[in-house]
Amino acid sequence: MRILNLAGRRLAASIPTLLLILIGIFLLLQFAPGDTVDAMMAQMGGGDAATARELRQFYGLDLSIPMQLGNYLWRLVRFDLGFSSIYGKPVATVILERLPPTLLLMTASLSFAFFAGLVLGVIAARGVNKWPDTLISTLGLIFYATPSFWFGLMAIVVFSVYLQWLPAGGFEDIGAASTGLARTLDIASHLVLPTLTLGLIFLAIYLRIMRASMLEVLNLDFVRTARAKGLDETRIVVRHVLRNALLPMVTLIGLQAGTMLGGSVVVESVFSLPGLGRLAYESVVQRDLNTLLGIVFVSALLVIAVNFLVDLLYARLDPRITAGT
Amino acid sequence: MDAIKRYFRSPAAIVGLLLLLVVIGMAISAGWFYPRDPLSLAGRPLIWPFSNPRFLLGTDNSGRDIAAQIFHGARIALLIGGAATVIAVVIGVLIGAFAGYFGGIVDTVLMRITEAFQILPNFVLLLVLVAVFGSTLTTVTIAVGIVSWPAPARLTRAEFLSLRNREFVQAGRTLGMKDLQLILGEILPNALPPVIVYASVVMAVAILLESALAFLRLSDPNVASWGNLIGLGRDVLRVQWYVAAIPGIAILLTVLAVSLVGQGLNDALNPRLKGR
Repeated sequence: MRILNLAGRRLAASIPTLLLILIGIFLLLQFAPGDTVDAMMAQMGGGDAATARELRQFYGLDLSIPMQLGNYLWRLVRFDLGFSSIYGKPVATVILERLPPTLLLMTASLSFAFFAGLVLGVIAARGVNKWPDTLISTLGLIFYATPSFWFGLMAIVVFSVYLQWLPAGGFEDIGAASTGLARTLDIASHLVLPTLTLGLIFLAIYLRIMRASMLEVLNLDFVRTARAKGLDETRIVVRHVLRNALLPMVTLIGLQAGTMLGGSVVVESVFSLPGLGRLAYESVVQRDLNTLLGIVFVSALLVIAVNFLVDLLYARLDPRITAGT
Repeated sequence: MDAIKRYFRSPAAIVGLLLLLVVIGMAISAGWFYPRDPLSLAGRPLIWPFSNPRFLLGTDNSGRDIAAQIFHGARIALLIGGAATVIAVVIGVLIGAFAGYFGGIVDTVLMRITEAFQILPNFVLLLVLVAVFGSTLTTVTIAVGIVSWPAPARLTRAEFLSLRNREFVQAGRTLGMKDLQLILGEILPNALPPVIVYASVVMAVAILLESALAFLRLSDPNVASWGNLIGLGRDVLRVQWYVAAIPGIAILLTVLAVSLVGQGLNDALNPRLKGR
């Protein structure tokens, strides 16, 4: 009950921001040369002005800008994202179809980056200024500076072209039509390289933050007390230090949610995954404004949702922080 | 002067500075070593690196010299990265300064706008901007700057919040100084150093953003950008993987250099925060 209450309040608080985003993007798109109908006509190989006028009327593009904006927001309230002329389906349907691969990719990359960053950060902090620390910190710097799309391409060269261990792209093998476990394994093998590619930069950030916060917590009084009690080092790290050192890591998940969605645009294009990021790219190229606005709306909702979950997690990790304030 | 001494005590910072000097040197000498248009045809397509002394790094799919594109690409990377960073820091500092100084309703409104920009995925917003305003060098640079300002804004706001009620500001206020005088003349000089150091992070991200955009063929196709070359190399990835590999290494080293210099500056200017 408390959580529902909290969720409601958080959602209400984010509505002005959401509205600001949608109005901003909508106004921005008014500067775009050409509209959906132009793109459609170009795709059909041209057409006469009368058809164009009819189409514009059908899509409500002949109304004044404030009217169009009003229409758009009113439809959003009813969760109607409009109709995608390029895909010939409602935008909500197109987005829902494309959402699962992206969510899967984001969850996998985030878990990989979080746990690998956690382990590497702890190892680096335990051996501070010795060779494991130097090695891990250097790797972190290099990962941070690597363009993800380039890493993806090189991974394809090594693991798909030369070693032939993993598929170079796609979400699953078309025609395999397998079900159950076989299908799961198939999808998993397709997701290994994209997950590593998308997770790389975040791994670099997480390990740096983990190392820093471990070093800070290791110097606090209660750790000294635990050591004085004669607890062994592993127990101190696992039972006492980790929980406190995790707080900055968890904060970062919320801050990075948007960056990760943006990163999936590039990674999904490299590995031709049929996800939301690729849809965003396609709708930019094809000037499918309805779909683009829908994606912006859904990404904003996703980031807000992730931040809400992070707040809940935060309250669990540190009881002194009460959720909602 | 202590700060300079502290900077050169860190080997990582020295490596970063050297790397950055190499990239700057490449950008300056590009016209001298490769006076021809780097996008003009130079020889047979797809010559492997080190196999022909005329094309040290080989040629791409259409027979353009890769080494020439790498040298001229250094100009583009530094130009876009630098200019976008200046744009992002100027917008960020202005918004952060006003929000932090005035507080109240001004702060609420400006922070709502900042929040809106932070909730939107950077790269998605960049796609929208480029789709709307086109992908010339200028528009891409401005677009990268526009998506990168929220972090400097938050940093500046935090600095202003902690500085605005210090004695020297109150002294200025009793002397009858105007708000704008206080913001620009008194608080800003004190708030700026951490923001300037953070600019290295903004620049590293800006270079990566532009290269990703160019890779997707949404950046200016008429300049020798490293990202453009990687996008080209993707078409021949299976056999001639060097076309994509070489410019990627150039991006990696440049971003690494900028980050290392930034970290070195941070450690040199804030010795108490070292290691964080």
